[in-house]
Amino acid sequence: MSILHTVNKSPFERNSLESCLKFANKDDPVLLFEDGVYAVLKGTSAEKQLEAALAEQSIYVLGPDLAARGFSEDRIIDGIEVVDYAGFVELAANNDKVQAWL
Amino acid sequence: MKFAIQINEGPYQHQASDSAYFFTKAALEQGHEVFRVFFYHDGVNNGTRLTTPPQDDRNIVERWAELADQYKIQSVTKDENGNETVQTELVVCVAAAQRRGIVDEGEAKRNGKDATNIHPKFRISGLGQLVEAAIQADRLVVFGD
Amino acid sequence: MSETVKKFLYLNRKAPYGTIYAWESLEVVLIGAAFDQEVRLMFLDDGVYQLTTGQDTAGVGMKNFSPTYRTLGDYEVKNIYVDKDSLEARGLTQDDLVAIAWEDWETEEEIENIVEVVDAARVSELMEESDVIFSF
Repeated sequence: MSILHTVNKSPFERNSLESCLKFANKDDPVLLFEDGVYAVLKGTSAEKQLEAALAEQSIYVLGPDLAARGFSEDRIIDGIEVVDYAGFVELAANNDKVQAWL
Repeated sequence: MKFAIQINEGPYQHQASDSAYFFTKAALEQGHEVFRVFFYHDGVNNGTRLTTPPQDDRNIVERWAELADQYKIQSVTKDENGNETVQTELVVCVAAAQRRGIVDEGEAKRNGKDATNIHPKFRISGLGQLVEAAIQADRLVVFGD
Repeated sequence: MSETVKKFLYLNRKAPYGTIYAWESLEVVLIGAAFDQEVRLMFLDDGVYQLTTGQDTAGVGMKNFSPTYRTLGDYEVKNIYVDKDSLEARGLTQDDLVAIAWEDWETEEEIENIVEVVDAARVSELMEESDVIFSF
């Protein structure tokens, strides 16, 4: 059963994203929101980790959280998809369950 | 699809309640059902009617109440005589609420408190309501820290 | 009460005492026992600190809820898992953790310790198998 994984913590503060990527099954989508959005920016120390994950699964970022923090979509790693809250709901509905990596 | 929402953090301190609100609103706008919004841990603080944010800020508590009103986040039960009881499904955990001083009339009486502060669009109930929501809903979505 | 039986996974990633999450998540497990679902507990990351032996809260004025974990078997919880890598990263082994006994009152089947240390692949599998994940 597929799982939507959500991460709302900056990768520079907590290991939520690291654990998420370690335990998420291949093909399970990951959504970054709230302070989790800092992980999707180009040129950070988390970039390699994200790029490796992108080879196996889809990664999404919540647009409104990115905009609130002052980053435009051209700053994010290629292949990461931007969604709004409606898209967040669709991801939750289209997967069998949601796991929040708090 | 039937969603259950769990909110673990208080308003203003964390974004959890804001994110949960926009998620819930989007789900309702798409025609999904929201079976229950359950407030746990410091999340119970979302249920006080005494919240008074500055005028230029959002009122998180009222915003939940208005959404629940608009989309009828509520349940209807019938007794044997066919009388309907409508109750809100913005549910605050009683154990977590007692610790943090979120009080309704029943709790005030039981515990000898001189005031209540629960918002009329919220109700206080047991943790079993969270477990039941997880059983009844197709998805449980947790917002927290 | 509902007749649906779902597989619940309680995923605990928070250490005790510093914040209330560990204790209040244990309260959900205790209450949830009355609903006769298939319950599994997973301790991951700092969550493994919830199970360490020798917790003494006398000096910090908080309730020591460590003994409650030992009673989980009485709440019909039969499956408790601890992530091996999380233990190792924290310099811990299973010897540092409480043992939780389980007994079936009808058949008198006994298990001395239901705490099972599992690898990452098994953690992923357990998440995949569950119907609902409670995250704390």
